[in-house]
Amino acid sequence: MYDAAVIGGGPAGLSAAVQLRARGKSVLVVSGDSRDNPLYKTQRIDNYLGFYNVTGGELLERFRAHARQMGVEEKEGRVLNIMPMNGTFYLSIGSELEQVRAVVLATGVARAAKYPGEGEHLGAGVSYCATCDGMLYRGKEVAVVGLAADAPREANWLKEIGCKVTYVSPNPPDGLRPDIPAIKAGKVEVLGGQTVEGLRAGSTTLPCEGVFILRPSVAPAELLPGLELEGNYIRVDRNMAASIPGVFAAGDCTGLPLQVSKAVGEGQVAGHRAAEYLEQLK
Amino acid sequence: MAIIHLTKDGFDKAVSNGISMVDFWASWCGPCKMLSPVMEDLAGKYEGRALVGKVNVDDEPDLARRFGVMSIPTVVFLKDGKEFDRKVGVMPPAAYTTVLDANL
Repeated sequence: MYDAAVIGGGPAGLSAAVQLRARGKSVLVVSGDSRDNPLYKTQRIDNYLGFYNVTGGELLERFRAHARQMGVEEKEGRVLNIMPMNGTFYLSIGSELEQVRAVVLATGVARAAKYPGEGEHLGAGVSYCATCDGMLYRGKEVAVVGLAADAPREANWLKEIGCKVTYVSPNPPDGLRPDIPAIKAGKVEVLGGQTVEGLRAGSTTLPCEGVFILRPSVAPAELLPGLELEGNYIRVDRNMAASIPGVFAAGDCTGLPLQVSKAVGEGQVAGHRAAEYLEQLK
Repeated sequence: MAIIHLTKDGFDKAVSNGISMVDFWASWCGPCKMLSPVMEDLAGKYEGRALVGKVNVDDEPDLARRFGVMSIPTVVFLKDGKEFDRKVGVMPPAAYTTVLDANL
C-alpha cells in the first residue's frame, strides 16, 4: 500500500508527487502513454518562469527526472475505477489493483462528451477495458475506437486472443498489426437495442457485438462516483480538496487557465494538503 | 459464511431457494479484484439470509454465456433461481445492499 496515488503524470501530478515525497510520503504516479500528454506535444513554451523558449517535451522530461530523484514511483496504465472503502481507496489499473490512503487527481482537461449510444450500452457491449472484457468476445466481431496512443497495442492483444477486430480512429494508428482493418473516422455511433449490434464509423456501418472505447483517461466523475463537478471541471476548494475526503485535484482537471505554472502551483498545494490529510489519519 | 464458488454443475441447485447475489469475475480484471473484498464483506453480513456466490468466467464460460455477461464484474441478483436485477461494473457497497435489503 502507498500513502498516496497521483492519477496523471503531467506537471500538476508530478508537482503533487514531489511535494508528497518532500513530506516523507510514499507515492505512486499512474499515467497513460506520455504521447497523450498535451505538454509533450507543445512545441514552445515561453511563460514558465526560468525556462524561456523550452519545448513541452523537454520540460516534461525534467519534471519526470526530478520526481524520480525524489523517489516517486511510476506506473503506466489507465485507472478504471477508484473506490473509497474503510478509510482507504482501491484503484483498479487495467488488470491490477492498488490500495492507497489518499488520491490526487491530475487527469488533465476533461475529455469530450460521450458518443451517441455509448452510455446506454456501457456493460452491454461497450467496454473501456480490453484486458477486463476481451476474453468475453473471443471469436466475435469487435470494434476498437482508438483515441489513446496505446490503443493499437490493446487492439493487437484483442486480435491475439481471438477477437475479430476492426480499428476505428480519427488519426492513422501507430503500431497496429497489418492484419487488423483500420477505418479513419472521427464521429462514431454505437448501434443496437438491449445490447450492441454495430458501430457507425463515418459512412461505414460495422456489425459487431463489442465496442472498446479507449480514451487516454477515464473522466474523473466516472472514476469516482459521487465526485462533484463544476461544469466540466472538478470542484475544489483553496486547499485543492475535492468533495470526497482524502481526494485532491490539481491542474487542467480543475479549470482554466490550462497552463504549466498554474498546474505546478496547484499540484504543490494538493500534495501539501494531501500530506497533511495523511498525517491527521494517524 | 464465506463466498461460494459456483460452477455449472452446482449453480441451479445453489440458487434455487431465496435470494442470491452472484459475482461474475476473472483473475485478469482489476475492477473485479476491487469488488472482491466488498463481496466477502457482504457474504458475512448477509449470512443465513442471502447466498453470495462467485463465478469465474474463465472456468465457467457456459454460465457467463447463459447470463449474457458482456462486461465484468457483473453482479446478478436472483430470487428462487430467477434473475431480477443486475449491476454491471464496480459500485459502492450500498448499490448491492440496497437491492438485497429491498428483496429480503
